[in-house]
Amino acid sequence: MKKVIHRKSSRNFLRLGLIVLLAFTTSLSAQEGDPAKGKSLFNANCAACHQLDKKMTGPALRQVESRLSDEQGLDRDWLYSWIRNSSGLIKSGDAYANKVYNEFGGAAMTAFPQLSDEDINNILAYTAEEKKAPAAQAAATGAAAQTTQASGGISNEIILGALAILFILLALGLYLVNKTLRRFAAAKNIELELETGRKPLWKAFVENQFLMIVVAIFFLLSSAYFAYGYLMQVGVDQGYQPVQPIHFSHKVHAGDNGVDCKYCHSSARVSKTSGIPSLNVCMNCHKSIYEYNGETTPEYSKEFYDGEIKKLYAAAGWDDAEQKYTGDSKPVKWVRIHNLPDFAYFNHSQHVTVAGVECQTCHGPVEEMEIMYQHAPLTMGWCINCHRETNVDVKDNGYYEKIHEELSKKYGVDNLTAAQMGGLECGKCHY
Amino acid sequence: MSSNKKYWKSVEELNENSSIVETLKQNEFVSEIPTDEFLGDKDTLESTATTRRDFLKYVGFSTAAATLAACEGPVKKSIPYVVQPTEIIPGVANYYATTIADGFDFASVLVKTREGRPIKIENNNLATTHGSANARVNASVLGLYDSLRVQGPKKEGASISWDAFNAETTKALTSLKGSDKEIVLLTQTFASPSTRNLIADFNEEYGNVRHVVYDAVSESAAADAFQKKYGKRGLADYDFSEAMTIVSVGADFLGDWQGGGFDAGYSKNRIPDHGKMSRHIQFESNMSLTGANADKRVPLTPTQQKLALAKIYSLVTGNNVSVSGLPEQVEAAVKSAAAQLKKAGSKGVIVTGIQDVNAQTVVLELNEYLTSKAFSPKTALKTKEGNAQAVTQLVEDMKAGKVGAIIMSGVNPVYTLPNASDFTEGLKKVQLSVAFSMKEDETSTQTQYIAAAPHYLESWGDVEIKVGHYALTQPAIRPLFDTRQFQDALLAWTNNSQSYSDYIKTIWNEDILNGASFNQALHDGFYVSEVAELDAIDTLEDKTTNPEMAEAIAPAAAASALVSSAKSNGLELTLYTKTGMGDGQQANNPWLQEFPDPITRTSWDNYLTVSKADADELGLMNKHVANGALNGSYANVTVNGVTIKAPVMIQPGQAKGTVGLSFGYGRTAGLKEEMQTGVNAYALYHNFNNVQNVTIEAASGEHEFASVQLHNTLMGRGDIVKETTLEIFNTKDKKHWNAVPVVSLNHEETPVTSPEVDLWDEFDRSIGHHFNLSIDLNACTGCGACVIACHAENNVPVVGKSEVRRSRDMHWLRIDRYYSSEVSFEGDNEKKDNISGLGSSLSEFGEMEHASDNPQVAFQPVMCQHCNHAPCETVCPVAATSHGRQGQNHMAYNRCVGTRYCANNCPYKVRRFNWFLYNGNDEFDYHMNDDLGRMVLNPDVVVRSRGVMEKCSMCIQMTQKTILDAKRDGREIKDGEFQTACSAACSSGAMVFGDINDKDSKVAKLKEDNRMYHLLEHVGTKPNVQYQTKVRNTTEA
Repeated sequence: MKKVIHRKSSRNFLRLGLIVLLAFTTSLSAQEGDPAKGKSLFNANCAACHQLDKKMTGPALRQVESRLSDEQGLDRDWLYSWIRNSSGLIKSGDAYANKVYNEFGGAAMTAFPQLSDEDINNILAYTAEEKKAPAAQAAATGAAAQTTQASGGISNEIILGALAILFILLALGLYLVNKTLRRFAAAKNIELELETGRKPLWKAFVENQFLMIVVAIFFLLSSAYFAYGYLMQVGVDQGYQPVQPIHFSHKVHAGDNGVDCKYCHSSARVSKTSGIPSLNVCMNCHKSIYEYNGETTPEYSKEFYDGEIKKLYAAAGWDDAEQKYTGDSKPVKWVRIHNLPDFAYFNHSQHVTVAGVECQTCHGPVEEMEIMYQHAPLTMGWCINCHRETNVDVKDNGYYEKIHEELSKKYGVDNLTAAQMGGLECGKCHY
Repeated sequence: MSSNKKYWKSVEELNENSSIVETLKQNEFVSEIPTDEFLGDKDTLESTATTRRDFLKYVGFSTAAATLAACEGPVKKSIPYVVQPTEIIPGVANYYATTIADGFDFASVLVKTREGRPIKIENNNLATTHGSANARVNASVLGLYDSLRVQGPKKEGASISWDAFNAETTKALTSLKGSDKEIVLLTQTFASPSTRNLIADFNEEYGNVRHVVYDAVSESAAADAFQKKYGKRGLADYDFSEAMTIVSVGADFLGDWQGGGFDAGYSKNRIPDHGKMSRHIQFESNMSLTGANADKRVPLTPTQQKLALAKIYSLVTGNNVSVSGLPEQVEAAVKSAAAQLKKAGSKGVIVTGIQDVNAQTVVLELNEYLTSKAFSPKTALKTKEGNAQAVTQLVEDMKAGKVGAIIMSGVNPVYTLPNASDFTEGLKKVQLSVAFSMKEDETSTQTQYIAAAPHYLESWGDVEIKVGHYALTQPAIRPLFDTRQFQDALLAWTNNSQSYSDYIKTIWNEDILNGASFNQALHDGFYVSEVAELDAIDTLEDKTTNPEMAEAIAPAAAASALVSSAKSNGLELTLYTKTGMGDGQQANNPWLQEFPDPITRTSWDNYLTVSKADADELGLMNKHVANGALNGSYANVTVNGVTIKAPVMIQPGQAKGTVGLSFGYGRTAGLKEEMQTGVNAYALYHNFNNVQNVTIEAASGEHEFASVQLHNTLMGRGDIVKETTLEIFNTKDKKHWNAVPVVSLNHEETPVTSPEVDLWDEFDRSIGHHFNLSIDLNACTGCGACVIACHAENNVPVVGKSEVRRSRDMHWLRIDRYYSSEVSFEGDNEKKDNISGLGSSLSEFGEMEHASDNPQVAFQPVMCQHCNHAPCETVCPVAATSHGRQGQNHMAYNRCVGTRYCANNCPYKVRRFNWFLYNGNDEFDYHMNDDLGRMVLNPDVVVRSRGVMEKCSMCIQMTQKTILDAKRDGREIKDGEFQTACSAACSSGAMVFGDINDKDSKVAKLKEDNRMYHLLEHVGTKPNVQYQTKVRNTTEA
């Protein structure tokens, strides 16, 4: 009996082996595709609705194929037809297709008939990749950052320390020399001449009327200079960099990711205010961008940025797990940085749309600002200077045609400045 | 040489031994200074631990702390939307078409909203139906932000929920179903097809419903006459642009007569065109806006007006009606008017404001007889549906306990009824009383329930202003408070789950639009059905409740009845509505309270207008006090045993034997203390007749008026208001009637416009825009819509009565009113020119200061003239006011240090100084001092601070916006795009604004017009505001 059993088991073993082999081959076949190509295809076509490890508009796709075949017994052909024409599959009455369709709120997946079998294989190869351990990676980068910083620190400290010791030694040496010399003098009975009867310098100075007058004038003038400087900066908040309720990095958005300023500040095109984007504008992107994957520093780590995105979700009332709005929103109270006084009228659209001035002209290198600050002084002198120097952009603008021709003839110039167009008149900004 | 004079302070000092003198030599003060009294209780002072040193320390520290704290700049928050509505862009205004229908004013308007807040009312130029935004409609936006609005439903003074309100009222209404007690709906004139349907539904649900329509100021007699003649209830429509001869007998048709809104049509024919303009003859007792604009004005008592009307009827139609008792001069004027009317034929029209069915019948007959083109009974007006008889009946029934429930909307009978006490008494006998009201006013505080009603800018609605001409009301903002409109409650009571907006849409799609798009109608704000073109009178409702109404009156009999009813004893009082206050609904509106009446130029008051002759007889007087303000005596006015004490204003042009008093004042409930001004004339509105026999006696005391201009005459100074007659205008050269002033240069007369006589060098202004505002004195009726529009656009503060009295009013735009001292201005000129010698000049100039008994009147809107050679600019020590290339005189408020040199040097007196911080001072408790009221402020215009000068900017924020829009689109600007707040508000076409460098523009052509002149041209200021000489059509027959 035992033998028989053995034989059976060995046969079973063989069979199992075959299955494993087969399975291996299928998994081999899944890896036929190129994961690198797959990644770019995935980012181009799928990433708007899918993530590898997170449910979004559509389901998470990590190892989708193996999961499908394990759990539903569906093969790659099913995936081909689903990806190329999901609604067709749903209409045909496929059970699982309908199940997925209903589970995700009856939103049919966009059809991708342009994807070839090879493309899909590549994508599936990408999805089949194992998940990398994020913790180790973070730790590694963290450690690396630390070491680099540490090395920089040590070199500076050494130089400074060495210098300090050198100075102390020098001072000590001088003191000792002096002391020894005095001792020698005492030993040789040489009387050291004491300076007697000489007026102290300060007294001589005080008694010299001319010098006093000159100094007084100097002091008065310099204090007036500083007082003027102090008073002129009252109310000028250049460099004002308040802490905002959500750490919004213009560097990440406008710099690293190259988002156009006017994508978010859209009213700058047509309105006097540039407009702080409403939260629904943020959510246009952040519905799918739920984590930060860019460069990090110890101060601004991935966790830090992800936490700020969470703050946005809380404010907009977005439930990231369920991928839906809760309706419980809390408007964000941003701290206003650029404050013009009420009596000055400024219109963004005049500068942005009509004149075509770059945002950076007044707002500085915003794309490099981790924290936004006021770049320009926003004083009247600053406005006026620019109006004096800047030529009016009259190209293809029917409004300017006649007036520019007449005025440039009058002033005898080719290009008129804003000032020559009347941009220095009081009433243009004060009403 | 020194003097030994001794100066005596008192006779006492003569007495050498006086003890008092001796004591005074010793003491500085005669009696001990009561320091303890003003320092407080001595015991507390002694026991307190705070020493003087401590006190000084505290003062020092707190001052230092405050100073340090002030160094820190304020942190400003900026809070964006969570989800931004797609139609809102912060900083860009949205406009919505809607319709005001508050029972008194009906007009299609545009609402300007900024970030969702309505901030201004403008004319809907697309809707040509009837009327445009008058001063009250322009001001109505402020009512939305009234801090005294009821913020939720209330039951006997305590707040309740709408659910509780609905449950309780429905229960009470259901219990009345089938009982013998009536449910009464007492409402304003809605003229709303949807509401009419709803009330029918409501009647079906509860059975015994009576709908009483109540207009506070009744036009019942005219509606009765119309009903008797045409079988249906309504008011005849008039289009004065079709009339070349207009005769008005007591009708203030440029004011609120029969709902108002006739001024735009009237003005069209007032501008002389090819030597022709309309001729307007006015017979009236009070000096009204209409009378002031008339070519010929005949002051008549109301009794004489009846006779005059009968006489005109007799003369025009040839039906002999014997009329006697008219003075000879009047008789001649009446004859001449009748002759002109007859001659004009279909180009003539006659109207009357006499509240008498016979008079109104005669007018309808006359216009029919003339086949007047201006007269249109077919497209009857529906805006005055009120029935005086029904209201009287209702009060009686309430007192008799026949009424089970009364639901009121848009009415305030406790304030507006002459027998208000009867109404209040009746109200107590009613089981259920509900008032839909925006305020805790006189009536709603007497009812069981106050149903908080929304403002019209928060409501849905529709209105059929005249037959076939429909308009829609849509909300421009979500309700600010927990309010519900009357129609929504009707829907709830009839168990209709529809919203009122859906209900309107259904009604419109089914009955009105005839296949047209509802959304288009909503976008436009109005819809004119084709029915309007046809004989539309049949579509009017037949509201014959009284069989009497079915019988037509024979016209001749009406005229005779008119004559026989014309009996008077003693003084006659004519009650009227003021341009600013109307029926008094908006009494809590500071813009309207401060709006100076076009005729008396007095704000914050109503008053008894009396003729000079009567005033002398009765011992009433007006006097000017030291600061230039006007004081008047009081008079007791008694009608039918009711006496009220009113201040007296002596009014030039008031017919002898008559007095006038305006409605709308004397309200006390639901008003801020400052707005509780004037006396309530409704108490004298016996039988809803605006003419009452009255006894008047002088009363003690003196009233302080807040007038912005006294009863000034022009003293023959034709360079201020130039005017001429049509005859001269047509026949003589310009230099006879609109000569440019000249000065002597090298003993030669040189026009002031020539550069040789100018102090200044001329700038080249031929490039770019050069703005000019033209004001046609012929078309301007003085209605004041521009004044309020300017207020709203430019954040002009309200300063209150006592400040206006000190001449510190802030209006950037004023409408000056001048009287002639002779019968006409021409007479003044002649008199002035013929004065010779000192004796004559002393006496005659003195005489000329007084206005004539029946003076000619001229209106002249004056704002900053934006002089090219501005005297104000040269005297400013800090260059706060300067000139722009586009012709505007700029004022940089932040640069101004408040020397007021500019105001002193301004020949036109248009600069206004901010004596106080009007937007942050509790003494000025008007809209700018509460958070709600501030929502009306225009964010594009700065709110001025204390100590700076301000003035008209020629709406530079509007011209700049127009330019910017064009630049963005990259196109040239078309004529008509440039507007100012005043020119946009002017529906009569008197104000035209534009760019004179655009040679084809309207304003550039007006500048070349013969009638054009500049104000005080001889000063040589070269203003950018131009006026068109007033031409009067004085041609008799």
